[in-house]
Amino acid sequence: MTARLWGIVTDSFWKILAPGLVVTLPLTALSFALAMVIAVAVALIQFAQLPLLRPAARFYIWIIRGTPLLIQLFIIFYGLGQVGILLPPFTAAVAALAINEGAYCAETVRAALESVPAGQLEAGACAGLTWLQTARHIILPQAMRTAFPSLSNSLISMLKDTSLVANITVAEMFMAGQKIVSRTYEPLVIYLEVALVYLLFSTVLTKLQRAGERRLNVYDYR
Amino acid sequence: MLTVEQVEKSFRGTPVLRGVSLEVARGDVVAILGPSGAGKTTLLRCLALLERAEGGTLRLGDTLCHLPTASGREAVALRRRMGFVFQSYDLFRNKTALQNVTLGLTVARRMPRAQAEEIGLAMLDKVGLLDRRDAYPSQLSGGQQQRVAIAPQPEILYFDEPTSALDPELTGEVLGVMRRLAEEGRTMLVVTHELGFARNVANRVVFMEEGRVVEEAPAQTFFSHPREERSRAFLQQTLEEQGKES
Ligand SMILES: Nc1ncnc2c1ncn2[C@@H]1O[C@H](COP(=O)(O)OP(=O)(O)OP(=O)(O)O)[C@@H](O)[C@H]1O
Ligand SMILES: [Mg+2]
Repeated sequence: MTARLWGIVTDSFWKILAPGLVVTLPLTALSFALAMVIAVAVALIQFAQLPLLRPAARFYIWIIRGTPLLIQLFIIFYGLGQVGILLPPFTAAVAALAINEGAYCAETVRAALESVPAGQLEAGACAGLTWLQTARHIILPQAMRTAFPSLSNSLISMLKDTSLVANITVAEMFMAGQKIVSRTYEPLVIYLEVALVYLLFSTVLTKLQRAGERRLNVYDYR
Repeated sequence: MLTVEQVEKSFRGTPVLRGVSLEVARGDVVAILGPSGAGKTTLLRCLALLERAEGGTLRLGDTLCHLPTASGREAVALRRRMGFVFQSYDLFRNKTALQNVTLGLTVARRMPRAQAEEIGLAMLDKVGLLDRRDAYPSQLSGGQQQRVAIAPQPEILYFDEPTSALDPELTGEVLGVMRRLAEEGRTMLVVTHELGFARNVANRVVFMEEGRVVEEAPAQTFFSHPREERSRAFLQQTLEEQGKES
């Protein structure tokens, strides 16, 4: 590697890592937290078989899973702007990512809720708990434990999907990379560098997943 | 203390309970006997409002409940006064033994945790499981799980064949705990196929067949002088079977 190239690489590393730390990671954390709230609510609505809300939940999942995330981003940022709902880019990004990921995670959580044996619901009733109390203290914790590996998977995949929000002018890692490339004309090393930082982040998340699974295994049941 | 009248229940048009009435006085241990399919489990599930009966009333203390129309709120209030030990031990799998016995207090009754734990520890001590307080159900034997299920102390305890899924050597420990509770004067309604338990621990026997109560009698009388032909046939057959096993 020439000295010039090496200089670009070391120079740009911080320029890529910094937006990763202050934009990509908070964006991922915030969007995923909201996605989890949506997912649990939408899954519980279906699990409880609530008459009017259940079809609404199915409709939401159908629409979101059937359309590309990039187009959802554009509709929320550019499309809504046209009808007077002007969202800042970061807010629009959080909204689109949360709504999108929420639909996928809702299915994961619903499947996990349904995998909890029916006897656990009855055990809750027998202990004098209401349906909601049973759901909160008994069914959801068991379901979340079952869903944990696939939800972690979704989180890691969402981390990488945040690169799409460069398209709605959010200055995250990928956009930082693009800027450097347009200045240096070194797409190969710069994009490899961007990829490396993503890899770094997702490796940390994978480690956290392992640790989380170990902690959840305390009540190891079959 | 518990009065049940004219409970009716059918599954897809097939009647399973055809007007079952029974009474349990405070401190009574009532054994429900009967052949497989008699409707014993269904009766207990209707009395727990886990299954909706099509007819019948239940009076617990001074609370009267019309089973077919009971609201969710009524059902929850009633269940908080009852305890259940079913064939397969359904403890909360994500809770320790201690949490299993205190959850009904902390969540359902909103009791402060410290107070609930004190009560819970006393309950576990009573069934001989104090040293297993922090074990999860998966770390307990079947007999120990049943004893955790027995530990809370409601007004009346329902049992549905609590030992039938257990290995013979574990059956004894569960029956032992039940016997001790009976001696303490706890009120119990016990579906069982353990004739020995019914004879020695129960003070009254209800014999059911095809969704009806065929005979109701003091335990000693039922075993020594069964009144009905069907009771005699059942006793004879069951004793023969249990004789063969041992
Ligand atoms: N959920 C159900 N759906 C349809 N039929 C049922 C259901 N539960 C019970 N039954 C039927 O009701 C009848 C009574 O069943 P139940 O389980 O109450 O009998 P049991 O006296 O408890 O028998 P066992 O001694 O074998 O436990 C049986 O014929 C059974 O097939
Ligand atoms: Mg039964």
